[in-house]
Amino acid sequence: MHYLAPTTVEDAVTALASQTGDCRVLAGGTDLLVRMRSGFAEPDAILDIKRIKELRRITREDGGFRIGAAVSGAEMAEDPDLVAAWPGVVEATGLIGSTQIQGRATMAGNLCNASPAADSVPAMLAANAVVRVAGPNGIRNVPVGDIPTGPSKTSLGAGEFVTSIFLPARPNNASDAYLRFIPRTEMDIAVVGCGVSLTLDDAGICTDARVALGAVGPTVILVPRAASALIGRAVDDTTMVAVVAACSAAASPISDKRGTVAFRTHIAGVLARRATQIAKKRAGGTS
Amino acid sequence: MSKIHVTTTINDDPVEFLCEADETLLDVLRDHLGMTGAKEGCGTGDCGACSVTVEGRLICSCLMLGAEAEGQQITTIEGMADGETLHPLQKKFIEHAALQCGICTPGILVAAKSLLERNPDPTEEETRYWLAGNLCRCTGYDKIIRAVIDAASDMREAS
Repeated sequence: MHYLAPTTVEDAVTALASQTGDCRVLAGGTDLLVRMRSGFAEPDAILDIKRIKELRRITREDGGFRIGAAVSGAEMAEDPDLVAAWPGVVEATGLIGSTQIQGRATMAGNLCNASPAADSVPAMLAANAVVRVAGPNGIRNVPVGDIPTGPSKTSLGAGEFVTSIFLPARPNNASDAYLRFIPRTEMDIAVVGCGVSLTLDDAGICTDARVALGAVGPTVILVPRAASALIGRAVDDTTMVAVVAACSAAASPISDKRGTVAFRTHIAGVLARRATQIAKKRAGGTS
Repeated sequence: MSKIHVTTTINDDPVEFLCEADETLLDVLRDHLGMTGAKEGCGTGDCGACSVTVEGRLICSCLMLGAEAEGQQITTIEGMADGETLHPLQKKFIEHAALQCGICTPGILVAAKSLLERNPDPTEEETRYWLAGNLCRCTGYDKIIRAVIDAASDMREAS
């Protein structure tokens, strides 16, 4: 196996293009090294992106945040502006693994690992995040929901890799939240996850919303009917009934050792209601 | 295949080593550098027995390649005591009998030191969450948590 550690995006693209065998991109490594150890991945080469300085930074851009693909969960949680603007995305990323895992794990890696139960992905989809991809044909910007295509599968082409994830600017009276169900309090994989991002007007009417579910389908699921149930309405009990129904209807889970279809379908609605309430409160709405 | 030459700093000492591309930092510490304090429990980042810090950040050394150590500042359990003088956390672990078999102890000490550097006065809940990635199959954790909180108290008084 070869270890490649380019220091620029251009060099990384060139290095990836020149590889003939299986070359894996290494960000935090908390999934890749586990896969290698368990024999599920036997790459011919590893391309470490952590020496590319711009991928290690969180930068302000057009009122939003560009989070480099090699930024760890711990580093995100230590950026007070990011936490204030996108608390749901930060808390979702912060749920991945232990303190030790947080020191390494990245949101981009969580996305590209393409687990249906990835915690940060529903939060990013609710946030309408845009993923920047570099490859042999240059740079392209992709809506986050278009990256995962199935368990362990992404839409990234040969020689492409994620360089950053952009969380857009948002008005005042806007916030987000992420909740997951696990059978204990820490260190587990989501049975269901739900991300909600919403904007309220001065009267407390929801003017914009996005709701996304994880672990209830082969990829993350955006629930437009939950968003349309919220938009134009006060976030009250009546609205919430429609949000719950939309999320349970949108869930199409499998039964496995972590939960049954019936349980996951029910919990999708429960988490949607609770996450919506948290996002509403964070956005300045009265409860 | 040629080995990778890595120059790094471990416990403030400059260190150079040669490693294969697929060797982890834990492999390097234990098998090449003779630093066997960090233990391999699971090898998959679940147990925390291999905890070290890299650039002040707590990580599992089984989930980092040795080659990634180039130019980094690494600390391990071997750098915790000052010569023959134990770190307050080490003393308190003995005092509280916060270990039995000892396999998890180096990782927990490294993780606890990292916590106290960031938060000199952690609550029990904060301590338990911070150490959630360090598994101990002997003690039931209570003595570990008490030892960390007691050490934190002594360290605050001493500073």
